[in-house]
Formats: sequence, structure tokens, C-alpha cells
Amino acid sequence: MSDSKAIFLKDATVNAADGDQRAFIRKALGGYYLNRDLQKARYRDWERARDAASMAKWSAVNDLADVLEKFVGNFERNGGVVHWARDAAEARAIILKIAEDNKAKAIVKSKCMTSEEIHLNDALEKAGFGVVESDLGEFIQQLRGEAPYHFVFPCMHVKREAISELFTKHLGTAPTDSPEELTMIARRHLRQLYVDADIGITGANFLVAETGQISITENEGNARLTAALPRIHIALSGIEKVVRHLDDLSVLLPMLATAGAGQPMTCYNTLYSGPRKKGECDGPEQFHLVLLDNARTRLLADPEQRDALHCIRCGACLNVCPIFKNIGGLAYGTTYQGPIGSVITPHLRGLKQWNHLSGASSLCGACTDACPVRIDLHHHLLHNRRNAAKESPTLFDRVFHHGFNFVIKRPWLFATGGRIFRATLPLLQKLPVPYMRAWMKTRDLPKAPARSFRDQWKNEHA
Amino acid sequence: MAPDGGESADASLAILAEQLAKLKAVLIRVPDQAAAAQAVAELATAKNWKKVAYHGHPLLRPVAAALPCEAWEADASFEKQKLEGCDAGLTTCESIVAQLGAILVSSASSGGRALSILPHVHVVVAEAGQVVPDLGSALALAKARHGDQMPSMLSFITGPSRTGDIERILVLGAHGPKELYLVLVG
Repeated sequence: MSDSKAIFLKDATVNAADGDQRAFIRKALGGYYLNRDLQKARYRDWERARDAASMAKWSAVNDLADVLEKFVGNFERNGGVVHWARDAAEARAIILKIAEDNKAKAIVKSKCMTSEEIHLNDALEKAGFGVVESDLGEFIQQLRGEAPYHFVFPCMHVKREAISELFTKHLGTAPTDSPEELTMIARRHLRQLYVDADIGITGANFLVAETGQISITENEGNARLTAALPRIHIALSGIEKVVRHLDDLSVLLPMLATAGAGQPMTCYNTLYSGPRKKGECDGPEQFHLVLLDNARTRLLADPEQRDALHCIRCGACLNVCPIFKNIGGLAYGTTYQGPIGSVITPHLRGLKQWNHLSGASSLCGACTDACPVRIDLHHHLLHNRRNAAKESPTLFDRVFHHGFNFVIKRPWLFATGGRIFRATLPLLQKLPVPYMRAWMKTRDLPKAPARSFRDQWKNEHA
Repeated sequence: MAPDGGESADASLAILAEQLAKLKAVLIRVPDQAAAAQAVAELATAKNWKKVAYHGHPLLRPVAAALPCEAWEADASFEKQKLEGCDAGLTTCESIVAQLGAILVSSASSGGRALSILPHVHVVVAEAGQVVPDLGSALALAKARHGDQMPSMLSFITGPSRTGDIERILVLGAHGPKELYLVLVG
């Protein structure tokens, strides 16, 4: 068993038994379901909008090399600098070098899951740079020293009392149980940091090839401030975020907000096309974009699962996933939680270590139904299971498949086995069968039929 | 397929008003320039603003001149620390999207990047003719207007800054403006 699997099984078991926490998560998601459905109802045709969104991403991802090249040409023409990073280590080195070359002191960050993927904060802090997460949820998680729980709602599992205690401990503020007052504490604390920071680091939601702009989606305004006040702006993005046309955003931006947060559109959707232009009074002097591969091209080479690169990271699949709601986001141990994380993590980090996530699914298909860009999520979990059985079968896989193969080729053995099984089925109910005990505590097994299907068929059609 | 943005100018304005109300942004309709200046001055008095930063634009200079408090043309002598101390930022916009209640500002139309995000209140003065039905129209208009010389920042603002990060409970004024006013002339 891989380490990541052992940790996953342990955490998932503990969390699934925590009824209080599960109820808290369900309650937090309750408002989301309502708002999402209200917003979906405003669409004249939600299903056609999903088609359009998935086509926009399909068209760019299936021609990634050309579309990326076009984007980079236009981005550079606008005055930005592009850096290519094959993996996490290269991306960290590029960003560290920019910070060192510019003798940066303070760095402010807006929410960027790609930076979690490459463990950027650790690297910057080890090199002696102060880094502050400015998104409220990420700020809270940074103070807690914990990874995000959900890649859109990073601290949705933390109760207000715990946040109040956290702020009292780290910021010296008076305790309060008002979410509004807690938000204002963070607002006051962070305001001066934007003004003082040398470097602002953001992610990117879309890269527009046609115009060379990057698009950033947010609600709080922290990304706007991060890209406005520091003298250097560094954006970090996966290469799959590209779209062909500016107009693609007219469907993708509203759908990202509706599917992800139940909003018509998030509060700020901003397009950046370079550093400060001649005649503009503010904005950064330098604009760097780090384009990260980190195994994305490996996923691109898989025609069956390539569509996982269409993901716009809205988080809709997490919000509807029965596994996510029961075991929570931290148990996954991944940057991207929930169904999409279970699909892509084995590609990003290795199937052998992470295949157990393919089993973290009831295969109910709620994720596939919720996905605004129509990624076939639950089938990809099955594809991963199949690939894992081929690539690195477990002892159970090997024994079971050989055994099944042996029996199914010998009809007399199959029939004998069936007779024994029918005769002993009632015993299973009484004996404490390992792995089935918890399940059988509240369920009865069906009665075994007196005769096998083949016998019955023979009699009927004799 | 996308949400309705209205077939006529009147229909678009009605949808816009409804969307802005849901977003908790305040729409103030005024007949002319003079009334716009008066409306903003009344806001300044009611909210007890001490210092307002504004974008140096022909539509805004008369509004700034009528303010009962200190008014500073931020893009003429930009200073971020000074902007941080302002109560409100006064800008124009590129266009307004009825379908979503989104206001498209840019570093060209709104005095740079910070003026529309750093002060605690954001006031947009625009003309009714700037309302377009949907997001696609606003993007096409920006492309037609700027060609390959896009402003370095274009931002769709959909209501006052907000967060739901604490227990998924909505709080306005996370890092950006807590209040958003759209003064629509005509």
C-alpha cells in the first residue's frame, strides 16, 4: 500500500465518522445549491451553454501548441515576459530569480492553485522572502498552516469561532463571532501590505490567444490590488488555460461563476495585457508570466482523458460529490480535491501512488452532470482503475483475475462453485466476514435461488 | 443560451436595474450632467466623505468640482499611499453589461488600475447609451475601440467586493469597495 493511500484511508475513515463536521459542510453548501439553481434558471439554455463552453476549451486544448504560440506572441507584443517551466522545480526557480534580481522584500499573493501545486510559498519563505496570501480563505489557511480544503472555498470547513481565535492569536484582535467583523479584520490588516509589497503574484483563469491577455476571476478584489500596486506582477498559469478568442470569455466567465459559486458572474473578472502602458498612471513596471507544464503534456498525450485539461477549476464537481461531502477536502492529500483531483492527480503525480483516488467515488456521475465543460469525470475514474490494473496490478488484482480466468473457462467448475455459493450464502449473514461487517450490520443478504440461472434456462427452453 | 440581456435599450435598462439591485449595487438615474454632479455631492454629504479621488475626464471634472469635500485628480499625480486614504473613487467606464449587471472599467477609462479598487467606495458616472445587452457585446466593443492597443487592464465589476469564505456567509467589502454606485445620465 502506498503511503498516500494509507494516509487517505485513515483520514477518510476518521472524517466520515465525524457527523458534526459533515453536517457543517452540508449546511455551508446548502446556499450554494439554491443560488446555483436560481442562476442556471436565468440561462435561456444551460445545456447549450455547456456545449459552447466545452467546445471553446476543446478547440484550444486540441491544438494546444499552435494556440499557445499565438498567445505567447501576442502577450510579448503587449510587453509581458514569458517564462516556460517544465516542472514545479523550474517554476519555483524562475520566480525566485525574479524576486532576487529585483531585490524584493515583501510579496503579496492572490489565490493561485497552481502555486499550491508547485509549493511556491515554502520555496519563497525558505529563500527569506515574506509572502502573504491575500484571499481571505487562503489567508486563514496560511495562518492555520494548513493546505486549502477546497480549491475554490479554501476554509469552508473552519468555524467562525476558530477563525476568531486564530485572529486573536496572530493579529491580536478582540474575539468576535461575526463573519463580517472577521472579514473587516483581514481587510484592515492586508490593506497596507498591498501598498508596501514589491511583487504581486497571481494565477490566471484564462489566457486569450487572440489578444495576448490573461483573465483573472475573483470576488474579493485582492487580485485586482495585487496586480495594481506592487511594481512587479508575476502570473503563474498551467499551459492548458488558453482559449482562442476573446469572445470565448462571454460564455466561460458567467459559467465559471454560476457553476462554481452560484453567482451570475464573480465580482471582478479582469483582463491584463501587459505592464503599465505609456500614459497610464499606475500598474506594475514588469509583467512576468510563468507557463507551467508539470505533466500536463503527458495528460494531453492521452486521447481518452485529454478532456480533463478542459477543466476551468470551478469546483462544481466537489460541491456535488458525495465522497467529498463525507470525507472532506483535506483527506485527499492533493492540490486539487474531489472528482477532478481524483482524475488528474494520478497523471500529475503517478498512477501507482495515487490510484486509490479512483476508488474514492460512488460512480454516481453527479460530477459529470455538474461539469460546465462536460468532462467525463466518472468514466475517467474507471479508466484510471483499468490503467492501474494493467500498469501495476496489486496482489489482489493478480490473484483475483487469474482465479476468475481459470474458473470462467471451465463450465463444470463454474457450476460447482455456484452450487457451493448458493448453499453457503446464508452462512455469510451469520459469520463475521472481514470487509463486510459494517455493511451487513444494517442489511440482510438476499435469499439464494434454489437453482442456477443456467438450470432454469435449460428447463424453460427445453 | 446565455442569460437574457434585453432586445431593446429599455428592456436592457430594466434588466440592468434588476441585476444591480440583486448585487447590492446602487443605481442612480439622473436626467443630465448637472443632476449627476448634484447626486454625487449629496452622496458625499450623506456619507461624510472627506477626500474623493477622481479620474481626470471631461465627464467627471464638473462632478468633482461640485463636491463638498476635498477632490483629488488621482491620475494627474498618482500616489498609492494617498489613494489608500481616500473615502471614494470616482471613475467613468467603458460599457455596462445589462445581462449581468457588470460594469466594464479599464486603466484608460478609470484613471488606472487602483482608483476603481482601492478606495472604500466606488462611484461610476456613465451615460445610458453605454449600456450594452450582453458580455459578448461589451468585449466586441472594447476590441473595436482599442484594436491591438488594449488598455493594460480591463475589468468587469459585478457589484461591491464580496466574500463567502467564512462559513459561506456573504460579506460585502472584502478587499475592494464596500459600496458601488452607478450614476447613469440620460
